[in-house]
Amino acid sequence: MSLKVIVDWDVCQDHGQCVISAPEVFALGEDGRMHVLIEEPDEALRSKAEDAADVCPVQAITLQG
Amino acid sequence: MASQRVLVVGAGLAGLRTAEALRANGYGEEILVVGDETWAPYNRPPLSKEALSGDLSHEKLVFRVRANAADVTWRHGVSARSSDLDARHVTLSDGEVVPYDALAAATGVSARRLPIPGPPPTAAGGRHVIRTLDDAIALRAALVPGARVVVLGAGFIGCEVAATARTLGCEVHCVAIDAYPMLRPLGVELAAELRRRHEAQGVTFHLGVGVTAFEGDDHVTGVVLTDGTSLAADVVLEALGSRCNVEWLEGNGLDLSDGLLTDAALRPVRDGVALDGLAGAGDIVRFPNARFDDRAWRVEHWNVPTDTGRRAGAVLAAYLAGEGYDAVVNQPWELLPSFWSDQFDVRLQSYGMPGLADPDGIRLLEGDLHDECVIGYHRGEELVGVVGVGMLRVVNGYRDRVGRARDAM
Repeated sequence: MSLKVIVDWDVCQDHGQCVISAPEVFALGEDGRMHVLIEEPDEALRSKAEDAADVCPVQAITLQG
Repeated sequence: MASQRVLVVGAGLAGLRTAEALRANGYGEEILVVGDETWAPYNRPPLSKEALSGDLSHEKLVFRVRANAADVTWRHGVSARSSDLDARHVTLSDGEVVPYDALAAATGVSARRLPIPGPPPTAAGGRHVIRTLDDAIALRAALVPGARVVVLGAGFIGCEVAATARTLGCEVHCVAIDAYPMLRPLGVELAAELRRRHEAQGVTFHLGVGVTAFEGDDHVTGVVLTDGTSLAADVVLEALGSRCNVEWLEGNGLDLSDGLLTDAALRPVRDGVALDGLAGAGDIVRFPNARFDDRAWRVEHWNVPTDTGRRAGAVLAAYLAGEGYDAVVNQPWELLPSFWSDQFDVRLQSYGMPGLADPDGIRLLEGDLHDECVIGYHRGEELVGVVGVGMLRVVNGYRDRVGRARDAM
């Protein structure tokens, strides 16, 4: 099963820490809001995506697969 | 060959990340984590922020455990009483003696209490602290509209609770010995600006004063200050910093004067020699961080448990594997402290160690101090910290420039 990134947008507070860990997967827009760039990242990005989930201050990121 | 056991003492974020890192670095045998709280590891910063006025459930705050650490054994509600590091065993609060092959110390900190007599220092006595989920649940119940709340201490946690309590409709007084709230980490100008913003929301500060007495018998009714002021109180929060939970490590010749002194591989140091098979993680470790200087610092910022836990797990896994240990220990490693604070509609985001700045080394880098801004903290020419008031994208852009010699890069 491929890796899937799920963000709970009710929980996300746009801290942007995930962007620092995985800039390929997450971005902080000009509007100050978080965006997911790749919902099903390549396996090579798994470690970075896991780091991003770990460092989310409000634990809004879940990984599946 | 007999199976191996890693004992992790402390079941908070640092203990969790240490256990995960042991697995990520190839250690496949027993991991036992013990911790004094009854809860699985959960996220503490929200306890003084949005969770205090919203959903204070463990379910919302619990950390997800990586799949590789699903087989870790957790024992909650048990603490370490003492340890014999030469004999390699730890005695738990229930009397059990647990032998280990490697040990991680991740016992964190407790809230410091004022050594002043008065009503019982418990939630039932109206005297609160905020460190654990149980603390927050008890405090939340007391923060009813109209309650007279006296916050002792104007650091980040004190100011966060002051803001939250005000938002909940409480009458809030904040008392501190410093001349401004959050003065030491932020410097005068930003601290004064944040004081103004708190006051605009109705928080009353009593600064440059201490506490001489608590009033009340079974329940606190007031707080007497060193200038003679008497503040009526239904709720008192003691937000006066922390003390390290390292008593269980006493008697082993370690330097426990401010947390647990370690080397850059997070190995405790005894008589100048690093001890193998041991590692510290989280708020208790005082370690040299090559990003800033050669001195050992203890930093209670949010990312420290994660970053030190990963390092501790990697070092212990290499030690137990018996190969590649020196390479892991000597691997260059550094850490950029990071934390955030929410107070009313203000979000602060800090990177680095602003407290290391020279008194005249604090400068506005971007924006407007009275609106959104980024402040730079300098030690000589070195940028040692940045703090954003809002402006998250901008302050994030300064991260890589924080620390020794980075200006030259």
